[in-house]
Amino acid sequence: MKLPPFEYACPTTLNEAIALLANHSGEAKPLAGGQSLMPMMAFRIAQPSLLVDLRKLPGMKEIKIGPDGVRLGALVRWRDVIDDKRLAVAHPLLKEAISHVAHYQIRNRGTVGGSCAHADPASEMPGIAQTCEAEFSVMGKAGARTIKAKDFFQGALTTALGADEIITEIHLPAWPAARRYGFQEFARRRGDFAMAGVALYYDLDGGKAANAHIGVFGVGDCQRRLPKAEAALNGKAVDEALAVKVGEAAAAEVEPQEDIHASAAYRRSLTGTLVERAIKAAMVR
Amino acid sequence: MKNTFIGTPMERREDLRFLRGRGEYVDDVAMPGLLYAVILRSSVAHGRLVSIDASAALRFPGVHSIITRADMPGGPPIIPMRLQPLPEFKPFEQPVIAHDKVRYVGEPIAVILASSVAVAEDALEAIEVEIEELPAVADWQSASANTTVLFEKQGTNRSLVFHSRKGDADAAFANAPYVRREKLRTGRHFGLTMEPRGVMAAWDDAAGKLTIYGAAKVPFFNRRILSAQIGLPVDSIDMIENDVGGGYGARGEFYPEDFLIPFAARHVKRPVKWIEDRRENLMAMNHAREEECDLEVACARDGTILAIRGEVRTDMGAYMRTNGAVGARNVSQFMAGPYRVPHVKIDSSLWMTNKTPVGTYRGPGRFEACFFLERMIDMIAADLGIDRIEFRRKNLVTAAEQPYPIAHVQPTDAKDEYDSGEYSETLERALKEINWSEKAKLQGKLIDGKYHGLGVVCFIEGGAAGPKEMARIEVNPEGKFSVYMGTASVGQGVETVFAQIAADALEVPVDNIDHVYHGSTAYVSDGYGAYHSRSTVMGGSAVLDATNNFMALLRQAAGKRLGCAESNVTLDIDKVTGGGRTMALKDFAGLTAEGAFLNKKHTYSYGAHVCHITVDAKLGRIEIIDYVVVQDVGRAVNPLTLRGQVLGSLVQGLGGAVLEDLKYDENGQFLTGSLADYLLPTATDFPNLRCVVLDDYPSPINPLGAKGAGEGGIIAAGGCMANAVANALSSFGVQPRELPLSPTYIWGLVQAGQRAAAE
Ligand SMILES: Cc1cc2nc3c(=O)[nH]c(=O)nc-3n(C[C@H](O)[C@H](O)[C@H](O)COP(=O)(O)OP(=O)(O)OC[C@H]3O[C@@H](n4cnc5c(N)ncnc54)[C@H](O)[C@@H]3O)c2cc1C
Repeated sequence: MKLPPFEYACPTTLNEAIALLANHSGEAKPLAGGQSLMPMMAFRIAQPSLLVDLRKLPGMKEIKIGPDGVRLGALVRWRDVIDDKRLAVAHPLLKEAISHVAHYQIRNRGTVGGSCAHADPASEMPGIAQTCEAEFSVMGKAGARTIKAKDFFQGALTTALGADEIITEIHLPAWPAARRYGFQEFARRRGDFAMAGVALYYDLDGGKAANAHIGVFGVGDCQRRLPKAEAALNGKAVDEALAVKVGEAAAAEVEPQEDIHASAAYRRSLTGTLVERAIKAAMVR
Repeated sequence: MKNTFIGTPMERREDLRFLRGRGEYVDDVAMPGLLYAVILRSSVAHGRLVSIDASAALRFPGVHSIITRADMPGGPPIIPMRLQPLPEFKPFEQPVIAHDKVRYVGEPIAVILASSVAVAEDALEAIEVEIEELPAVADWQSASANTTVLFEKQGTNRSLVFHSRKGDADAAFANAPYVRREKLRTGRHFGLTMEPRGVMAAWDDAAGKLTIYGAAKVPFFNRRILSAQIGLPVDSIDMIENDVGGGYGARGEFYPEDFLIPFAARHVKRPVKWIEDRRENLMAMNHAREEECDLEVACARDGTILAIRGEVRTDMGAYMRTNGAVGARNVSQFMAGPYRVPHVKIDSSLWMTNKTPVGTYRGPGRFEACFFLERMIDMIAADLGIDRIEFRRKNLVTAAEQPYPIAHVQPTDAKDEYDSGEYSETLERALKEINWSEKAKLQGKLIDGKYHGLGVVCFIEGGAAGPKEMARIEVNPEGKFSVYMGTASVGQGVETVFAQIAADALEVPVDNIDHVYHGSTAYVSDGYGAYHSRSTVMGGSAVLDATNNFMALLRQAAGKRLGCAESNVTLDIDKVTGGGRTMALKDFAGLTAEGAFLNKKHTYSYGAHVCHITVDAKLGRIEIIDYVVVQDVGRAVNPLTLRGQVLGSLVQGLGGAVLEDLKYDENGQFLTGSLADYLLPTATDFPNLRCVVLDDYPSPINPLGAKGAGEGGIIAAGGCMANAVANALSSFGVQPRELPLSPTYIWGLVQAGQRAAAE
């Protein structure tokens, strides 16, 4: 479990970093916190010939909060999110979700950009990005572009990123103070990747749920929203009976996989239970 | 001065060294000219090894050489069994490197020696191995079909059947008013050590001497194996024990690497080091536990157990390893646990499969037996309308019945008996500790979305395997004592425990026991090691004998030098007095005496586990509210380290009960090659654990009165948790019949219970 041979570069400008990636025709990889990439290399699942360390790139470590929402620099670490008191108001769903990511040591290094670029189907941050319709600012040889979350995540460990592209920022739209939200996940041990997880929110319009967003992770090969379950929630007065119903709709809608930790049938049921519980939590917020 | 270090809770003298970062593990030992070894392992579960082409790998810069079957022209040596070395097992023993076939994912095929581990791993990918794949035997069921056999010459995948017998079970069943039969199974676990294994070997060509670092557990035995395999006299091999980061039965047995690395060092005349990485550790270290039983229990209507009978099958993996038969043997011998069972008939068959071979893991066979029988006791008590605690009280062996004979195992001809104890006392104490009578009303209750359940289980733990252990006491130049032991440390705190025993015996302050040396072949003339919860009992008793011998020697020597009768010589800490004259003890520096303890009998500590848990039936999630282990150990030499043993083994047991499972697919591919897949308990998983150690019934079979006690926490954990889950989910009428109690499994039980209720 030792790393395969590779070259290492630590550029100080974004252009330099992109040029390094572009000149290595898909053989180079950006390095952020290394908490996914290093294990992959140790297991020799990934064998990039060049690592382009992003740590000296300017301006990518900040959390900016403004009227248009929250902007997370790609190099913002889990620890930074958890420690930022402003987020309790500016984006409580994000804050709650990130408290479930991994363990102390990993949270001190792992980054929001690295997590989204890695796109593990069971990770929290891509779940939040999908649920909240985040936008990714990306820079590559051909220039800058923004990618919507729903187009960014394309499957397990697969994204819309080109080999020469670097995520610079993740934008989460503004969070109204009155928004109701819930977050639930279940892993066999605390800090493990979840067997299933749910992030959801809705706004209240005349006492009824509106603008429902329900996202799941750990179920199927990609974080996704559940439009049928959202439809079952929208326009209705939210009570415990409705929570059960929406949970059932969610369970019916997902396409769960089986692995050594959970059967597909269990994951389906678990998703329904977690949606139900997340709505119940949202009701009392 | 009268000492009482025995029985006093004392901090481990080892710990200061570890906490200061001064521990020295095998990977910390360096040597000039060192080469690093990496092992190419089979990625195929079953196949014929056609060819190995290492030529491309040999061209990698930094690669020194590559060892394969071709370097052992007479065929690779076979690793003999250490425990139960029956002739029937011979054909199933493991060669040190694959030669004609590969039989499990992880079997060694080649050893790459290079200037660094990274370089060796690069080269490893360039070795071309051609394997003609054969169908894989992935579990005992397909093994028993015998359509594909691992060892063609044998024609069967069954290496043996152990028969445990007591009384006449068939007759008892024929007349029994009540019988229940169940199929139950345990998952595949292993004694994962935090420090993976490691071997460093140095060959001194001039002296013709091998020095091996990283020895553990049974160095003397392993030296004899190696000496025969490698063709060197025993005296030409030194085995050195370094600090050891966990043993659990698995570390220190003779594995293929224990030949391959010394062989490589001698082959290339350079020191060679191999450190197991975690992925290797999961597929190379002995597996354990995967057993299934069809068990029948016959009872009188009043709940008196009349007889037990049944079959057990163990998934042995691909080879019979040094201690591979112990689990399958123990499960048959100890199926009756601490209960009075007059008639026993258990057949335990060992099935070879294309998986990593099994060996012992803390509580071998006992964890399984306890889970099997204790699960059945709860079901039977419910059938008969008897309180499950009353049922246990009625059947536990009493002090008046000791020594209590247990089932006789063939073909090992093992007769045995329990030694001492009033087993119900630990049960009563456990019930009191957890406040059972108060909690009883919570059983099966749904509170805030969680079902509450109580579990209770009684257990027996064997210890103190003979035949012998040795110790030596020596006066050092500072006028203090050095104690040399034939047994080994696997992290269990024996330095502290032996110092306490020696200090009491010599009537000196514990600090005057300067050093306790152990685990290396250089210290005493013979030794046996650390297994079967034996070190304290066997080694400690040997210390007592060594002390007697030492005192006789000292009296003799001092009598001469002080000019007095031997009987007038007294030792007073660091002074020796006689005939009105006094000498400093250090004037006798180098004076040394060996002692031994011989024993054919075993000690049996015993106890009870009780727990209070909740189950979230929708998630299948278990949480422990309270968990108490009570164990009577005969005599607690150090209650503090013992507590550590009990709690540590309990956490391991809970891992096996709810988290850990080594998994394979139907092609024998290994699915749990990392700690993200094989779920070990972490510090936050089981916070609410307690233990009470009693020493009310000393063992009559050794001078200390102590009993082996390193496994009591683990043995009953599976049974206790499963009983608690059944209790919590009693409204669904479900019975857990396998481990681990994973969320998927518990949820599936609840679903099945609900479907059954709806029909
Ligand atoms: C034991 C353990 C438990 C874990 N548990 C969880 C968990 O519960 N939930 C969870 O979400 N995660 C978990 N993780 C993963 C962890 O959160 C990682 O930190 C995260 O997934 C990747 O972030 P990183 O900064 O470490 O990325 P790296 O490992 O450095 O990189 C990951 C990938 O992203 C690419 N990349 C990195 N940054 C960029 C960028 N700005 N632009 C383009 N590509 C980029 C890299 O090239 C690489 O392919 C766990 C990890 C471990 C080791």
